[in-house]
This record gives sequence, C-alpha cells and structure tokens, in this order.
Amino acid sequence: MTDEPCNLFDVGHRACGGCGAALAARLILEAAGSNTIVVSSTGCMEVFSTPYPETSWRVPWIHSLFENNSAVASGIVASLKKQGRTEKVIALGGDGATVDIGMLCISGAFERGTDFTYICYDNEAYMNTGIQRSGATPYDASTTTSPAGKCSFGNSRPKKDLPAILAAHGAPYVATASVAYPADFKKKVEKAVNTPGPCYIQVHAPCCTGWGFEGEKTIAIGKLAIETGLWVNYEMENGEVTRVKKVRRKPVEAYLTEQKRFRHLFRPTKNDVEIAKIQQIADRNAERYGTDIVLKK
Amino acid sequence: MMEIMEGSHAVAHAVTRCRPQVIAAYPITPQTHIVEALAEIVANCELDADYITVESEFSALSACLGASAAGSRVYSATTSQGLALMFEVCYNVAGMRFPIVMSIVNRAMGAPLSIWNDHQDSISLRDSGWMQFYAEDNQEATDLHYIAYKVSEDHRVLLPSLVCFDGYIISHTYEPVDMLTQEQADSYLPPFKPYHRLDADDPISFGLFASPDYYLEFRYENDQAMRRAQDIMASCGREFGEMFGRDYSGLVEAYRLDDADTAIVAMGSLCGTVKDAIDELRDAGKKVGLLKIRSFRPFPTAEIRSALSGVSRVAVLDKNISLGSKGAACLEVRDALYGSQIPVLGYVIALGGRDVRKKDIAAIVEKAEKGIGDIFYGLREELLK
Repeated sequence: MTDEPCNLFDVGHRACGGCGAALAARLILEAAGSNTIVVSSTGCMEVFSTPYPETSWRVPWIHSLFENNSAVASGIVASLKKQGRTEKVIALGGDGATVDIGMLCISGAFERGTDFTYICYDNEAYMNTGIQRSGATPYDASTTTSPAGKCSFGNSRPKKDLPAILAAHGAPYVATASVAYPADFKKKVEKAVNTPGPCYIQVHAPCCTGWGFEGEKTIAIGKLAIETGLWVNYEMENGEVTRVKKVRRKPVEAYLTEQKRFRHLFRPTKNDVEIAKIQQIADRNAERYGTDIVLKK
Repeated sequence: MMEIMEGSHAVAHAVTRCRPQVIAAYPITPQTHIVEALAEIVANCELDADYITVESEFSALSACLGASAAGSRVYSATTSQGLALMFEVCYNVAGMRFPIVMSIVNRAMGAPLSIWNDHQDSISLRDSGWMQFYAEDNQEATDLHYIAYKVSEDHRVLLPSLVCFDGYIISHTYEPVDMLTQEQADSYLPPFKPYHRLDADDPISFGLFASPDYYLEFRYENDQAMRRAQDIMASCGREFGEMFGRDYSGLVEAYRLDDADTAIVAMGSLCGTVKDAIDELRDAGKKVGLLKIRSFRPFPTAEIRSALSGVSRVAVLDKNISLGSKGAACLEVRDALYGSQIPVLGYVIALGGRDVRKKDIAAIVEKAEKGIGDIFYGLREELLK
C-alpha cells in the first residue's frame, strides 16, 4: 500500500459512470504504487484514459497495440534488468485483448518466465467496439455478434478458462478477483507484483453499458456474480488452488435478471431449460472450487 | 582488419559492436544465421545484452518497442513473411519515434512460397516511417548498421531503420570485410541517449489516442523527420568515411555516370553485377553508367534528379512490383525527373531469386535504347503459354 497524495490513476478520464474497468485501474495502482510501469492494450481503458493530449496515468504508461502488451512488457522488463532499474511492470488488457487476440504474446511471455504481472479486466465482451462477444463472454449472454434471436439464446459457448491455461504455463501466481471486493483485489495485486516471474490476475469488471444495468449497481452486480457462483474468486500458487472465496449461493436467476444481456431468457416467456444450463455452470464452479459454505447441523 | 566473413556473420559482429542492450528475434530463412551468431555471442558473454527468445516476429518487434521505450538500444532481424507479421508493429514503432535498427535479409513474399531474394518485403513497408538502406556487398551491409543507429538515434530524426541486404547473395556469401574494432565502433557510435523513456521518476504516457484534431500533425511531424534524415544520413555517412576511409555521404552513388547516355538505377547486390556489365559495355563502346540508390527512405529526390540530369534515358531495375503499376524505384525516379523529358523505363527483374547475369544487363540496356520498358524482364515465355 502507498500513501500517494492523489490517485495514480487520476480523475478526468472519459469512462462511463459506474465503469468497473476504471475502478480496477485505480485499485491496481493503489496496490502497486508509483514504482510501476503500465503497458495497456488497445481497448476501452486505453481510449477513455488517454485522449491526446491528456492522460489519467500518473505512472509511466505505454500503449502499443491491441494484442502485444505482453511482448512489449517483455522488452521493458529486459531493458530494466540491463539498466539495473527496479520498476514493476504490469500489462493491462481487456478480455478480448487477453483471452483472444493477445493470447500468443501472453503465452510466450509466460513460457519465458518474464518477471511481470498481467491483469485482465474482464468485462466479458469487446466493449470498446460496441459489445461484441469474446472468448470470455459467458454462456447465453446476448452481444452484438452473438445476439439472442428466434433461433439463438445468445453466446453459445462458456468462458475460456485462461487462468488454468496460464497456471499450466508454470505461472507461480494466478488469481481471479472482482472490483466488488476491492480489498481482496488489492491484496492480490500486491502479491502478484511482489512475486518473481509471470503472474496473472483476471478481475471481473462489470460493464453497465455492455451488460445493461444502471451505473450505480456495478458493485451489486459484481457481488451477485460471486454469490451465484458464476464468478469465483480464487488464488492458485504453482498450479494449485490455495484460497477460494466461500459463499452461500443464490440461484443464478438473481444475477441474470439484473442485466439486459440475459433478458431474452425471461421475456417473452421464461426459458427454464437455458436457465437450468446456466445454473449447472454455477454448480460445476462450486464443486470444482469448493465455494459453498456448508453449515454444520 | 580484413577478414573473410559470411554476410550474416559479418552483420552479427557489426551489430555486436553497436552494443545493443536488448535483442529480440525469431528464426526465419535466410536471416537465421544472424540471430544464431548473436545468441552465441551473448552466450559467451562477448556482448552484455538480454536476448529475448520470442514466440513470433510480431513479438520480436513488440519486445524491441518496449525495450526502446524503457531506454535501451535494441536490435532485431527478419525477412519476408516475418516482416509482414511485424507490419502493424512497424507503423507503431515509427509513430512513437523509437530509433530501432533492424536487419532485413531481403526475400520474396509468398504465395507461392519462396525463400529466395527480391525486395518485395521491405519495399512493402515503404510508407511505415522506417528508413530503408540497401547494401551492395558484405562490407556495406556491415557498415550501414553503425550508420543506421547513428542516424536513427539522432534527436533530429528519431525514426527506425531497416538495413536491407539480399538473402543468400549477401547473407550466405563469404567476402573480405574490414570489421571495425570495438574501440573504433565506440568512437563513432556513442551510447544511446533516449529522447524520453518510461521512467517512474518522470512518468509520461506513450501511444495515446489521437482524435482527428491531432492525428494529421503527428504524420506531418513524421514526414518532416524523414526529410531531415537526408542531411543527417549524409553527415553520418561522411563522418564514417573520414574516420574509417569508406565514405557513405551519398544517399545515392554513381558509377561511370558522368558521360553516360544510358543510366541504370538499381539497389542492393544487383549493383555489383551492373558495374561489371557496365565495364564490358564501356569496352564495347556503349556509354552506360549506374546510379545506385543506397537510401530508399529517405528518398533523395534532388540528388537523383541532379545525378541523372545529363543522361538520354534511365533504366530502373526493380526487384519488386506494385501489381498493376510499376516497381517502386521506377515510380519514384520518374517522379524525381518529372518535367525533364528524360525517359524513365522500368524493368521488374529477379523476383523470387531469378538470377541476373551480366548479359541480362546488356540486354536491358539494348531494350532501353529501343525505348522498350515498363516490362517484366526475363520471363520464361514457355511457362506462360
């Protein structure tokens, strides 16, 4: 933790009111501190935070392309090492930049053991270009390229499990987090930047515009994702799950009904079959990670 | 000291003497010998550099971009398909004004797959904001690396450079090379001083998003830097000549051009063949000369116009083609001579490694004298029936 007088991710940026990603950026820098270099991929966060000639970043920051932030970070890490410098390097990307287009570069950087932290702010679609589905879009979410329709219930595939893929690269520290639990997220960022080698955090960052809810509900929606088991907060150290956020689970409907992207599951008639499939995803998550709080009789 | 060296190894040793702190490259034929040699040099602690073994050319140049932004001198090398994979990063490097130097071992673009030489790869990066220098032989290929770093890193320029030389014809050929000592290289090329860098003590943002209110001026500034680079290239080339006896002050170089009727314009290793052909043509009474283009970007329009002002015709040999139009050098030379009445005839030649012999040059001169140009030269007509 630092005692910076002002936000290292400063006010005045162009994010929507209630933007989960903007909150994530602020929390990341609160945790990482000023001795940090940030590499952003193209995306919402990059665009809303750096309209030339203005910038919200009070740490050294670079944006190169959509898909290369891990490779750029690799070069920065190498350069710092040669110069004997101590800055920590954080690569930041949305879910499209991370699980889809940038995956080759991320895989390369992790395989090489690059000493950096990659943080994916996961708002579950390409929001900057207008809410298109990505490999991290959840099952049945309606997006502009996976629209619900007469013969479609929205996105037909579950989320790609990138944390497991990167853990399989031998990453010493992999974690998931949520902007709805800021203290937990900041602890994980601190741990990641202070762990040598490539570390990965995927932070759930609700997007009011893309998901269809009012901006003041960002935290509530983030909590519901966890409380229904559709998002699990956990840590993996050297490939083993070491810590999981336990919950008393609610039915997934509690989460789905709050967002326009799942509205087609309830209107004009409730689609019990599809909702049951989503409930199964939550149940499998709970079983896999052991999230359920079991009360002793 | 003169040594017999393979082109790739000569380049690798010249690059070593430029002391890059970060190297990121990916193997691809016929560039591989350079990165192998550099890996060995780093493994033996003969160069204090971090060598990043990336998973693609795209990441190679991206890593170089990051290292340059953090304040290091960097190096990469590639060819053909690898350069095409870097395309997006190339524009980015130039737009952010990172003075990266990269060797291009020129090779044809697929399809069909060809590992042999032409200039289509680097020429395709013409508008990206990278300087492009073309070497005629092993000596020039090595020397141009020192010069490229010096020009690129000059704060009046701050543009990246491609040092281009022909695959196999130079990269895999052994020739005597006068290699600078480390002391000589250090006296010519000072340590890298970044204009600005990523630094926690002085945080700035790189690579912002520019609305239409700002973008045009960024491209204008890039263009101005490229124009300024002409003089800087000339002075850095002159300084190299004063220190080591090989003068590179000209962005073009003339050979027996003074009284020539026919001027041949060419780039790269082809120039050696053309010079030999010219000697024979001169013996046979034909007044032919060569204008070699060393720097394709910046393009020395005024120098070319002045060098060609006295000839009766110009035959431009292009190892590249803008399909449906002409070779790149032909178009630009024609532009340089606009309004002069001197005919400029283009010959697309040697694509995909087709060999060029002295008799081919003689045949092209003959065609030029008859006014036959703007053709592919050396087509195997029997394959086209």
